[in-house]
Amino acid sequence: MYSRTYKSLVSIPPLLWVGVFLLLPYTLMFAHSLWAVRDGVMVHQWNWDNYKTLFSNPLYAEVLLRTMRIAGSVTVCSLLLGYPLAYYLAFQVGARKELQYQLVVVPLWVSYLVRGYAWKTILGSDGVLNGFLQYLHLTHEPVGFFLYSPFAVVLMLTHIYTPFVFLPIYAALEHIPRPLIEASQDLGASSWQTFWRVILPLSMPGLLAGATFAFVLSLGDFLAPLLVGGPSGTMIANVVQSLFGAAFDWPLGAAISVGILVITISLLFLSEFLEKQWAFK
Amino acid sequence: MKAPLSTGRSSLLAIYAAFVFAFIYLPIVVLVVYSFNRDGVGGFPPRHFTLDWYSQLFADSSIWDSVLNSLVVAGASIVLALTLGLLAALALDRASFPGKALFRRLVLLPLILPGIITGLSLLMFAKYADLPLSLWTVFLGHGTALISVATTELFAGLQKLDRAQEEASLDLGATPWQTFWRITLPNLKLSLIAAGLLIFTLSMDEIAVTFFLIGRDNTLPLEIWGRLRRGITPEINAVSTLIFAVSLGLIVSWYHLRSRSLGAQPGSYSNNLRTRRTS
Repeated sequence: MYSRTYKSLVSIPPLLWVGVFLLLPYTLMFAHSLWAVRDGVMVHQWNWDNYKTLFSNPLYAEVLLRTMRIAGSVTVCSLLLGYPLAYYLAFQVGARKELQYQLVVVPLWVSYLVRGYAWKTILGSDGVLNGFLQYLHLTHEPVGFFLYSPFAVVLMLTHIYTPFVFLPIYAALEHIPRPLIEASQDLGASSWQTFWRVILPLSMPGLLAGATFAFVLSLGDFLAPLLVGGPSGTMIANVVQSLFGAAFDWPLGAAISVGILVITISLLFLSEFLEKQWAFK
Repeated sequence: MKAPLSTGRSSLLAIYAAFVFAFIYLPIVVLVVYSFNRDGVGGFPPRHFTLDWYSQLFADSSIWDSVLNSLVVAGASIVLALTLGLLAALALDRASFPGKALFRRLVLLPLILPGIITGLSLLMFAKYADLPLSLWTVFLGHGTALISVATTELFAGLQKLDRAQEEASLDLGATPWQTFWRITLPNLKLSLIAAGLLIFTLSMDEIAVTFFLIGRDNTLPLEIWGRLRRGITPEINAVSTLIFAVSLGLIVSWYHLRSRSLGAQPGSYSNNLRTRRTS
């Protein structure tokens, strides 16, 4: 029912815009990763040296590994907090379910910076937590290791991504047909068995979606390490950032970015594939 | 339905859920409380209630300049992202063209990829296009990245739209142009407002992309970011408290509008999960 003109009028402007301001910049990133810096000047010499450096210099593998450990911890912690909460909201709460749901979701939209800053004031050596511990006479001197550690990064990111992980799990739990659970109980399964053999498998797609998001978003984060991480909490995106800044090696930074991009997209595809495998048929 | 759980375990779960709620809200509460604390951002218990930090904040012209910059960028991004997002949603809904599947994924990339990658890609682009870094480049970044949000929201709105109305309009002799302005657009009003609110909230809060595209003039989050490096005072708590209050207001109205436009149930948020990137 729509004319050719109509169709071209609606498709050409966004296609052009996205082509010029997204596709081209992302391609430029890839192109940079194949260039080099000689004597402080970037030269357009096509080569794979940046990628070779990434694989041969153990420093990068080390930071990447640490980043994965941090992202993995964030994912596990967010699941440990988010799954039971989702289960509680889906099955236990009778009254005021809508309100509680909103309470979980609202912080999702509250400024990343505001939440990160809050942790900074809590964990600092003259912060709220140290003040509180001394007030209770549990410690007598400020404890220094709360802030500026991988622990602080994990804590801050877990705080940010728990509502993220909660959402898809809650949606999955809500969609489980209730008769299946009743059937399991009527047929004599204990509540534990019902959980392991009915509820958990059926909520797997939601769990996977939440876990992927928490992992992928933590993986590319460079702000949390700057805010609360300190030198020992440096992550891979911070290396990129310094290569683009003070270290001035855009090609190498671009190569790492391409690496992050490849990891991110493969994880998303993998999770999409696994979600389909677990999907309720 | 009620619990596949025994009573003992069920109250244990309730306690655990309360703990998770506390974990989510405690930092925000601390932040708000200490914005009224005379003696600084730390220490326990907070003593000496004061509004001084707020009066200091209201007199702080560089904060308000940055708020103005943020508002200008967010406003311009809304116009750009909504216009192109609406066209993209119409194209995805109604047109077929080579590379449509690729286009759909490409538009969404800024939501899925870490902000640093989008930010740096645009930085390189700006360098090669000879664009000096300024609020213009920030706007380019926000506007382009948020087309994704507008497209998802408006595409969902279009799917709910009754095509029969448009057909009737065309059959009765209205031009496609008239049909678009009189039928399609008014029907999408709620989705447009909801998407606009969302784009506004996300743009006002964006750091990761902005970080690489900023020139001399700061946006609010980058102004705060800069101050965090110079030592912190409860003035930042005060401004954070205000940001929290405003985003709360916006999000509640967004949710309200979205439920009206889509008849959303709890859980339908998750369709939109990809929308929320922290940047």
